[in-house]
Amino acid sequence: MNKYYKVFVYIFLTVVGFAMIFPFLWMLSTSLKTGTDVYSPSIIPKAVTFKNYINVIENSNFLLWFKNSIIVATITTISVLCFDTLVGYTFSKLHFRGKKLLFIMILSTLMIPTEMLIIPWYMMSTTYGWLNSYWSLLFPGLTSAFGIFMMRQFFMGVPDDILEAGRIDGLTEPGIFLRAAVPMVKPAMSALAIFTFLGNWNAFLWPVIAVDKADIYTLPVGLAMFSGESYNQWDLVMAAASLATIPVLIIFFFFQKQIIQGIHMTGLKA
Amino acid sequence: MKLSIKGRQAMWAYIFIAAPMLFFLSIRIYPTLYAFNVSLHEWDLLSKNKPFVFLKNFERLLHDEVFMAALINTGKYILFSVPIGLALSLGIALLLNTISKGASIYRMVVFIPYVTSVVAVSWVWRWMFMKQGGVVNSIIGIFGIARQPFLDSTSQAIYVVISNIIWQALGFYTIIFLAGLKQIPQTYYEASMIDGATPWQRFRNITIPMLNPTIVYLSVIATIQTLQVFSQVFNITSGGQGIAGGPLNSTISVVLYIYQLAFINYKMGYASAATVVLFAIILIISLIQMKVLDKKYDY
Repeated sequence: MNKYYKVFVYIFLTVVGFAMIFPFLWMLSTSLKTGTDVYSPSIIPKAVTFKNYINVIENSNFLLWFKNSIIVATITTISVLCFDTLVGYTFSKLHFRGKKLLFIMILSTLMIPTEMLIIPWYMMSTTYGWLNSYWSLLFPGLTSAFGIFMMRQFFMGVPDDILEAGRIDGLTEPGIFLRAAVPMVKPAMSALAIFTFLGNWNAFLWPVIAVDKADIYTLPVGLAMFSGESYNQWDLVMAAASLATIPVLIIFFFFQKQIIQGIHMTGLKA
Repeated sequence: MKLSIKGRQAMWAYIFIAAPMLFFLSIRIYPTLYAFNVSLHEWDLLSKNKPFVFLKNFERLLHDEVFMAALINTGKYILFSVPIGLALSLGIALLLNTISKGASIYRMVVFIPYVTSVVAVSWVWRWMFMKQGGVVNSIIGIFGIARQPFLDSTSQAIYVVISNIIWQALGFYTIIFLAGLKQIPQTYYEASMIDGATPWQRFRNITIPMLNPTIVYLSVIATIQTLQVFSQVFNITSGGQGIAGGPLNSTISVVLYIYQLAFINYKMGYASAATVVLFAIILIISLIQMKVLDKKYDY
């Protein structure tokens, strides 16, 4: 390949890469500044201070929001993983009456936009007194049609012989599922887990409706409310944004291979 | 009673899917039907009477200036963010595909914004695009460009939001394009090299046609996602003294308007009618996608 071309490619990609991370650098930089330095165009703070972080943690329920988000995202992920794997398996490997119809019914829900459901969900939650509880944040995401579809696709690739061998060995149906089928789709399960967790961790539309008390906010809702109230105190707002972003970035660095592979798998199967 | 092997399998199948089916019926399908029902009523959450008005809500939507503004803005969000986002990410993917050293690092960097919280990056955007003290104004100042109002301007604010949408989605598109590029058989390129095809001809006659399913898939996903844009608009244009969707509804999206109707004004019937319109649009796009993807791509 032409040498000049190669240099051009690297320059272009570096410019793009810089544009992608600059907002994060600017966020961190502002969060470490104080006083009039906040408004200076220099990315390097005159004096590095962590007082904004301490301020956010002490004067808001930030740690509580963090805990709420972890609880909601974890429970949802476990639930989706259990149900979607089991249902995907059932639709791909077991024979029963009404299978096709039920599967089409599940798939058709993929076309329903969340926006259409939030109003009935909200009415349901007021009727049963669910608002401002973990349950109100959790219930819409307990299983996902997309996850079922994806797991079904992956179980299609598992040979029937393995399951038959289990049947001959006298395993019960749940036993076959757990011991013979599940081990074959572990990579798909981890991809599904990562996406479900990230999706719930970052979810905003339903949580901002389901909860309106500061002690039950999830992190995105808390961050939005905190930022709205601290408007124009950009050092504080950026410290809060950094606190919300850094854990995700750390997780991403550890799991980036799985996450990117997961996108390959899910993106192309769907 | 002893069941046959087949009967036993079917019994377990029903047990396995019972709870999730109940979920889909009560949390997805029933609420959908309920939303249609609500959309035919004048359903004010604060009043006891909820009279049936048939299609009156839809008729009102047609004459609602804010709804029309929201539709036009949402069209703008799609029209700008989808083609620019796809073109940029295709370019990045093509270049990433030609290098070996450092490709995985560049790929990771491009992907980072996709996994971070929309709310957090929206506030970073807002800070960067402030008229006073925003870093973007400092940067363009270096090139002698005058301070721009950005989010305070009815003509510029929407493009600030669009730039955020593109920036955040770019990594996802790039990863999918890279996967699509990997599936193109190398022999096609080798054959064309022997025939003396130029890089442009190879791109035009091999890469683009072979990537067609990926391009269609991504355009549909991106269009449907952008059609539902909410969090970015809510966070970039609201807070403090401003009302979300401003200035003067110049950035309001359909979903943001639905949110305001339902959860600020409690006009559930009217808001539901707007969600039905959104549902219809998504349905049409999905059906077109199925038609287009059904075509065989055999080259």
